[in-house]
Amino acid sequence: MSAHAEESVSVWHLRWLRLKRDRAALAGAGLLALLLMASESAPIYEAWQGVSGVDADLLSRFDPATAQHWLGSDDAGRDVFARLLRGGQTSLTIGIMGALGASIVGTLIGSISGYFRGRVDMVLMRFTDFMIALPQLPILIILAALDLTKLGFSSEFIRSGSAGYWRIVVIVTLLGWTGVARLVRASTLALAEREFVLAARAQGAPAWWVLGIHIVPNAITPVIVATTIAMGRVILAESGLSFLGVGIQPPATSWGSMLSNAQELITSAPMLAIWPGLLILVSVVAINFLGDGLQAAFDPRSDPR
Amino acid sequence: MTRFLLSRAAGAFVVLMAKSFVIFALIGLMPGDPVDLLMNANPDATPEDIAHLRQLYGVDTPIFERYWHWLTAAVHGDFGFSRLQHRPVWDIVIPALGNTIVLTATAFTIATVIAITLGTIAALKRGTWIERAIGLLAYTGISIPAFWLGLMLIYLFAVILGWLPAGGMPRPEEGIRGIFSHLALPVLTLVIVEIGAPTRYARAAMLEVLGQDYIRTARAKGLSSRRLILKHALRNAMIPVVTIIALGMGNLFSGALLTETIFAWRGMGRLILEAIMGNDYNLALVCLLFTTAAILLANILADVAYTKLDPRIGLGGRRK
Repeated sequence: MSAHAEESVSVWHLRWLRLKRDRAALAGAGLLALLLMASESAPIYEAWQGVSGVDADLLSRFDPATAQHWLGSDDAGRDVFARLLRGGQTSLTIGIMGALGASIVGTLIGSISGYFRGRVDMVLMRFTDFMIALPQLPILIILAALDLTKLGFSSEFIRSGSAGYWRIVVIVTLLGWTGVARLVRASTLALAEREFVLAARAQGAPAWWVLGIHIVPNAITPVIVATTIAMGRVILAESGLSFLGVGIQPPATSWGSMLSNAQELITSAPMLAIWPGLLILVSVVAINFLGDGLQAAFDPRSDPR
Repeated sequence: MTRFLLSRAAGAFVVLMAKSFVIFALIGLMPGDPVDLLMNANPDATPEDIAHLRQLYGVDTPIFERYWHWLTAAVHGDFGFSRLQHRPVWDIVIPALGNTIVLTATAFTIATVIAITLGTIAALKRGTWIERAIGLLAYTGISIPAFWLGLMLIYLFAVILGWLPAGGMPRPEEGIRGIFSHLALPVLTLVIVEIGAPTRYARAAMLEVLGQDYIRTARAKGLSSRRLILKHALRNAMIPVVTIIALGMGNLFSGALLTETIFAWRGMGRLILEAIMGNDYNLALVCLLFTTAAILLANILADVAYTKLDPRIGLGGRRK
């Protein structure tokens, strides 16, 4: 008797089995985990080597790579390796938070739009179309450069280091939710017709319950893929803004802001420009590999490799 | 068709009006205002002067009033003066637009041709190292920061090899050679960055078409694979790809902000950045509205292209 073979397998287990076979996706996930762990251990590296990625040391400007400064030091004598780790902390976490924020907003708007239909749907979808056809990068630049005191924030808050960080997270959330909203709306329209949703509504479940328990969990699969891929876009957007000087402000650092600094030094110290860009490229490629792997693993129609 | 175009154009116009207000309001929230900037240049200004100027420029009136003022002038064809360059906005926008179109249209054409070719090859060579190599190339294009790629190309071709200028506009006396040498690096940057997405679309579309029954039938009839691919598969596979390309055309006019900035190319993208950073209200507004109008126009164009190419699909995306 083969009771074992008939044991039910959860859909997530099947998806994991499919993902496990995708070497590119696994490599991407591993690389990302490695980069995240390395960048989070920036303080440990600094303490261990006795170097700093923040404090200027004008006696050791442009030091070559040594046992102490693994990748040398930059134009202000700061340790390049430590700065790359700190920059990674900023860039990668902004990528994660910005993508998550956009997906949460998108899921909310999409599910409400698809569930209530009618006038709510019309208004929200017109708004989505409106957002989609905005010139993204110029609007991002304007939002990043806005004078927050004109919106009622205190100037102490604006000068604090975390304001620059959160501002980027908020603006990529504000501009990035449209794709997920459309995805979730489409799934919600289909799910709202299904028997289990009708049954829940017939029993008098309130809308937020039906949405939260029955609809969103069943519509979440494409959102996971979209969020993963959005991480890459957010990292690129942040690096562009910081490069233009409206993103992460010193003394905080990100890979993009390191590049902005390195542009003028390209002839004398090219490595200062090469490392941060390479790390952006590698992490975004890794994210895209993972996103594609998830897509293939989640979609049963896709061909097994 | 005419009715469809008219209703779409009317819709786009309403959206454009709404956007002009949003952009107007956003720029109003940028640091400083025109009077602050004038004051910084003149240490002898008295508080009375400031009050007078504020009234003259109307910066303290409510946002709706200012917007209305701007709009009525714009409807009469007066888009105002650039604060930074002291010239009418149109005189600045038109040459920038020309420069941008030279750059982006060249890059766009090259990128489209390469992308369709690579996508088709990847689909035909399925499961081989060729497909994987093309896939990796497409991934790299999608994932690379444009400004960093530009910087690396400058370092390689201008600093180390010294073959090409690091940026700037071609001068008239340099002739045709000057145009090509100044265009080479920014075009290369844009092509690499833009090639990823259409390559992947072309590959996916081609794979789908190659799996269709009529391809199998044509093959069974003994059609040569060259004819099969060019006449039967490619033509059908290109329908969704053309739509994607038409959508991308909206970005031709906004230029490539980061690429133009890195290579000091005097196009719209760079102009938009300068106008925003320099608090040049009128200039930034007109540039951004122009860009938005181009995106809306490209959307309509994509819809029309889709229905023209696929006879099964009616206007507005309805299946016939």
